[in-house]
Amino acid sequence: MTTATTTAAPGLAREFTAVLPENCVITDEVGLRSYECDGLTGFRQVPAVVVLPRDSEEVAACVRVCARHGVPFVARGAGTGLSGGALPVADGVVISLQKLRRILEIDVENRRAVLEPGVFNLDISRAAGPHGLYYAPDPSSQQVCTIGGNVAENSGGAHCLKYGFTTNHVLEMEVVLADGSVVTLGGPTTEQAGPDLRGLFLGSEGTLGICTKVTVRLLRKPEAVRTVLADFPSIEAAGETVGAIVEASIVPAAVEMMDSLAMEAAEAAVGAGYTVESPSALIIELDGPAEECDEQFAEITRICEDRGATRIHVADSTDERARVWKGRKAAFAAVGRISPDYIVQDGVVPRTRLAEVLSQIAAMGSEVGLRVANVFHAGDGNLHPLVLYSESAGEHEKAEDLSSRIAELCVELGGSLSGEHGIGADKACSMGRMFTDDDLAVMQRVRAGFDPDGLCNPGKVFPTPRLCGERPGPFRPHPLEEAGVISRL
Amino acid sequence: MTSTPTTGPTGPGPDFTSQRGEEAPPERTDALAAAAHGSFDDHHPPARELLDDCVHCGFCLPTCPTYALWGEEMDSPRGRIYLMEMAEKGEIPLEGAFTTHIDRCLGCMACVTACPSGVQYDRLLEATRPQIERHVPRSRADRLFREAVFTLFPYRRRLRAASLGGALYQKLRPRSMDRLLARLPKRLERLVAMESLLPPVSVRDAFASTPAITSAAGTPRGRVGMLTGCVQDVFFHQVNLATTRVLAAEGYDVIAPREQACCGALGLHAGREEESAERAKALIAVFERADVDVIAVNVAGCGSSMKEYGELLADDPQWSERAAAFSAKVRDVSEVLADALEESRAPRHRIDATVVYHDACHLGHAQKIRAQPRDVLRSIPGLELAELPEAEICCGSAGIYNMLQPEAAGDLGRRKADNIRGTGADLLVTANPGCLLQIRKYLEGELPMFHPVQVLDASIRGVPVGR
Repeated sequence: MTTATTTAAPGLAREFTAVLPENCVITDEVGLRSYECDGLTGFRQVPAVVVLPRDSEEVAACVRVCARHGVPFVARGAGTGLSGGALPVADGVVISLQKLRRILEIDVENRRAVLEPGVFNLDISRAAGPHGLYYAPDPSSQQVCTIGGNVAENSGGAHCLKYGFTTNHVLEMEVVLADGSVVTLGGPTTEQAGPDLRGLFLGSEGTLGICTKVTVRLLRKPEAVRTVLADFPSIEAAGETVGAIVEASIVPAAVEMMDSLAMEAAEAAVGAGYTVESPSALIIELDGPAEECDEQFAEITRICEDRGATRIHVADSTDERARVWKGRKAAFAAVGRISPDYIVQDGVVPRTRLAEVLSQIAAMGSEVGLRVANVFHAGDGNLHPLVLYSESAGEHEKAEDLSSRIAELCVELGGSLSGEHGIGADKACSMGRMFTDDDLAVMQRVRAGFDPDGLCNPGKVFPTPRLCGERPGPFRPHPLEEAGVISRL
Repeated sequence: MTSTPTTGPTGPGPDFTSQRGEEAPPERTDALAAAAHGSFDDHHPPARELLDDCVHCGFCLPTCPTYALWGEEMDSPRGRIYLMEMAEKGEIPLEGAFTTHIDRCLGCMACVTACPSGVQYDRLLEATRPQIERHVPRSRADRLFREAVFTLFPYRRRLRAASLGGALYQKLRPRSMDRLLARLPKRLERLVAMESLLPPVSVRDAFASTPAITSAAGTPRGRVGMLTGCVQDVFFHQVNLATTRVLAAEGYDVIAPREQACCGALGLHAGREEESAERAKALIAVFERADVDVIAVNVAGCGSSMKEYGELLADDPQWSERAAAFSAKVRDVSEVLADALEESRAPRHRIDATVVYHDACHLGHAQKIRAQPRDVLRSIPGLELAELPEAEICCGSAGIYNMLQPEAAGDLGRRKADNIRGTGADLLVTANPGCLLQIRKYLEGELPMFHPVQVLDASIRGVPVGR
């Protein structure tokens, strides 16, 4: 979980300065500690060296140094991941891709963009916007998460209900493999001959190599967009409404659900115009030809009213729509305003069991006396329950336990451990609940085909005895560290 | 994040022997107090509750100028808060890497705007910088340079004297000067930066003073006190004159007390807390005597500091209330003018131009004033506002940052200039002299630049802008 000491590797650092300028190699202790965790601060590990290559060749050169020395490495984008996927490895190297941030090409005719991995997700749509195009997958952290990280986690977002995940939008990738060789996966068009290695790489969480160039599809901006905010008297009523919408064969661009706690937090952060007193609300977005939107909007209004919606509000200005989404997308971090500590969970249930899982989560929460805020992609059953607790009140164990039980409940109900945040370091130990030993062994063999020595992001995704022998939970200093016997630096 | 009540064995005790012998360090009241704040002393260290607000989500990264430049975690708001946390636990000393990364922060507060968790980075930074000033000895060259800046800039009379030299220098500047400057060693790059920021000096303007009283046109609807500033009054005297004219035209009596001096913003943003507190008190006293309804400020950085006097002097029993009352009256001039729009008394003449408005960080991020200056500009018939890409990213001026960190400031200045060029606008307007000097350096002669009140003034008077 944590490390007490780091053996600096001066020899290794010297090798890196042979392939990179000196200021792109971080070996000072303060710098290294800045990279000890990503968006999941509960897991921390100080790396031996952090390198910041500036282009694809330099990434490959860095990987070759690691391969030569048998040193494990972890690729890192903006460090916003919520499963500890970019957690460094002890005595390993962090390869930051934050100097590879160029948009190499916007091919308007073929509706494609060629990007370096460090480009922020939202910047793709910003660059494509003037041509009437945009990049569809929109994780809530899209203003800061990088396309490279999206590839690693196969990220989704609110609009993946209609448009699919990252894998549905990536055509081609340049990848540096564990031995430093550079290969191209996929191709400029969607249909490629041979096995779909591109599809295999997508969502492999950095365990198969480092993506250094991505070609993505761009979509034409829809003719019309309607964004509706509907309040419901109960969280179950909102859950049932989602089912009814899908049953009516409407595929909205997005259906998001927030409960009152989540709305309270988001409202405090953004002032989006949510009804904070309402037990739950749905954000439903329709897009496409104007006529079709209007037709579907009428039908959705009827469905919401049938299920007892207490308010149906259309965000009709671009500004208001932006605020509604800003509130939703800021919700995780905004929860920091209403609770000193919280755990973000990520699980999936079949859409038909939404109302059921929500009631059960509420019951489990009140049983142990912890609040659970819900904000999630309701349309595809991807839950993000946030367990609120206070570290200083000693509620951590309880919260961690509740959060794990929620994830396990998702698996029991026929869902999945993770919708889009990834397994990373956080849930590696739970993989056994979803997969048999044989399943995991096959995955390991595929992985070893790419990376026989296990240098690419080891310790993630797959359960290992060392990792799972330790207690999960937020960062705790080593007992010897607390006693002042050893120091982290 | 986490809360670990450990005190680090590696943290050095705070160094109470002031290296520079100027501000007396605060008394240490409790032998344990220092340990309770790790490497910080107990005089307003960054508060634990404020540090805990950060959930490490990273939403601040894209708007941070230094992160935009280098992409390094330690030079991002999230990273700097992480460093503050380590220092607060005594795990790292203030001297060294910590100071380097905090020094590189522009203090633009774009991260405060971006943060969904409500982290008050502004307060964290303002608590951290004085700690560094107290405990980290600066190199001789750094110390001399900083002293020079703070011995010159806040003093109108010294600036006027310097402006004479500046004007003479600009007249006589040999053509070979650029080559000469380029050959100067790297350690003198700050002097080169200072030279290149020198505004075109008009000796007449530098020595003119803003009228102490300007009467409202018609029946006065209010009595507005006006900060004339130090740099502003010497190098941008025309902006002050335009401010008095537009306020008077909109029906306000404008009082600009002669005895006012620097507001202390430059020093406050650099961690010179004591010195700034003294300046604040002097300014409060001046405006108490002037007996005004509001205090209008046409410099973003000054207004932002003056609105914080209440917090700056909160511990001083004699001044806390007076400071809070003062701060409550402070408004940016665009706020006053935007309020006046509804019953505007001053008819506008057309200005057919596309204008790009640059949000000064201390107006947009620190004071959250974005709509008002735009509304005021839009009240001018014919004027079109162009949107500026990356508007939230600082131009690199940031008080005295462009003199202290010229390399980063240069990269940011060029980036801003490219974005401005891309808009194809005819005019650039911004409400901060620092931004104006910085941007001018990278867009010299490409398009005219003004303060918004100068454009409004021209429209009201029906003369070409800048006349």
